[in-house]
Amino acid sequence: MAGLTYTMLDAAHLSTGEIYGKVLCDLGEKHPEIVGLSADLAKSTKIGLFAKKFPERFFNAGIAEQNMVSMAAGMASAGLVPFVSTFAIFIAMRALDQVHTDICYQNLNVKIIATHAGLSFGQGGSTHQCTEDLSIMRSMANCKVIVPADGMETANAVQAAYETPGPIYIRINRGFDQQVYKDTDYDFQIGKAVELADGTDLTIIACGSCVHQAVEASKILDSVDGIKARVLDMHTIKPIDEEAILKAVHETRRIITVEDHNVIGGLGSAVAEVVAKSGKACAFEILGIPDTFSIIGLHEDLMSHYKIDTNGILEKVRELMGRDFEDDEDWEDEV
Amino acid sequence: MTLNSQELIKLEKKAHELRNLCVDTVVWAGSGHIGGSLSSMDILTILYYKYLNIDPKNPKWDDRDRFILSKGHIGVGLAPVLADKGYFDKELLKDFNHTGSNFGVHLDCHKVPGVDASTGSLGHGLSIALGISIAARQLKKSFTTYCLLGDGECNEGSVWEAAMAIAHYNITNLVTIVDRNQCMIDGRTEDVMALEPFADKWKAFGFIVKEVNGHDFNELSEAIEFAIDEEDKPVVIIANTIKGCGINFMEDDYKWHYGGLDSEKVRLSKESLQKYFEKRVKGV
Repeated sequence: MAGLTYTMLDAAHLSTGEIYGKVLCDLGEKHPEIVGLSADLAKSTKIGLFAKKFPERFFNAGIAEQNMVSMAAGMASAGLVPFVSTFAIFIAMRALDQVHTDICYQNLNVKIIATHAGLSFGQGGSTHQCTEDLSIMRSMANCKVIVPADGMETANAVQAAYETPGPIYIRINRGFDQQVYKDTDYDFQIGKAVELADGTDLTIIACGSCVHQAVEASKILDSVDGIKARVLDMHTIKPIDEEAILKAVHETRRIITVEDHNVIGGLGSAVAEVVAKSGKACAFEILGIPDTFSIIGLHEDLMSHYKIDTNGILEKVRELMGRDFEDDEDWEDEV
Repeated sequence: MTLNSQELIKLEKKAHELRNLCVDTVVWAGSGHIGGSLSSMDILTILYYKYLNIDPKNPKWDDRDRFILSKGHIGVGLAPVLADKGYFDKELLKDFNHTGSNFGVHLDCHKVPGVDASTGSLGHGLSIALGISIAARQLKKSFTTYCLLGDGECNEGSVWEAAMAIAHYNITNLVTIVDRNQCMIDGRTEDVMALEPFADKWKAFGFIVKEVNGHDFNELSEAIEFAIDEEDKPVVIIANTIKGCGINFMEDDYKWHYGGLDSEKVRLSKESLQKYFEKRVKGV
């Protein structure tokens, strides 16, 4: 990415949120029209780093998310570029009417960086976990939806969000993420999946914290089972990379999606829509949080509990590889 | 400042003309929020014909004053004003509500020139206006933002979130006006969800409150100028108005929040508006 380079050293010392805060400070240095907003969660979301550096350009709305979102819309309509941060659940639900009507409907240049998404604040319980936001935000016209795999990808996503006009929702976790990328120097483009492992037996399509789990699973599948699994980091949920999905359908005929989100409406649904439209036979599974409110626990424990971790992926891959399904006639022609 | 009689008569004539155009628009649209359009019409008239620094030929002009219609349902009230100001051809009002038309119940800022924000979901406008006012301050621009709310709308908690923030950030380049017509869809405001003591609520939030007769241009003018000049504290103008103002069978009747007009009602409406106008200009 132009001018901003972050390395493993940053990732080792900074949580994903802190990397976001740092990138926003760097962007703020160059672009005076950037302003920040939060709703008494500047510290927790790490937009507080920006607030500290540019106090005159940061606006704390207090614990009033609706006002914060509409304020951001007003600021954008008058020429500022607002970055808004609070927990995913509060922006995707509490202030959704404002996100829908004031930002998305008016197609305003507001960047939403929502933190504590999925089960990453697992101990907070269902009032603070958020496994519904992708489903909700994906259906907001004009809005792009991004789920970075780790801190480095968050740095790229935030930079790309600044460079791309219009509403963008970026969903990150609380705390540290397992590292997928050693630095920001790879081809990150909104709407383009990153192929992290090559394979033709099956494709694992993952986003967010599940990307690392998918990469680990693919290594084990290769060495233990002799299964060559393709891994796609589908960081952009909308617009989804249809080309990469269709390629996976044609070349691997088996797809598993993995996400830290309700199995309804998120990554799995987005991929399923593309697969179903293709009219091609494809064994397909969605791994995610079943349609339930999660139990309490640490993020990694909950990922294990709901089988969206490496072991969960391995189990599902092995099951899927043994499953019979009907080939269509022109199977060979397409592969 | 008291308006001179020439200016006053000009505003009275314009408001009369716009009330009639609003009735026509409701007819073209099939139905519309006529009660709240008529309670706001004098406020819209004085803003658009005396105070707003705007250029209809350049609707997106960066330095223009902004007007946020937080009570976004009165599209049939605002659109005639914008047409009359020259933002678009009045003939287009005849397409109001028609399939594929640019004009719907709640005006879309991407489709109707002169509309600064797409509103309709209540309780958003004041926060948007606050964001614009902060942006003006940040970008060192001297324009003023005006926001018109409905009184029923003030049931929304987000209005008070905005009020709290306006006082906290001491936003004085924003003029907040509430159309206090005492009516909402299901009944009178005090019956559905009491707002009183309404002025005290705004005062408690840190505002200077100016209560005026929202159908008296002198009182409106004085309050708006006070709000523009005030630099120490935010100001809210509570404009006491009459729902359906000017049409005798609608006046102060919450049932006329929304409705349609058959030819007989149109005739009666126009007749009533004419009498109302004559009464108003009699003493000028």
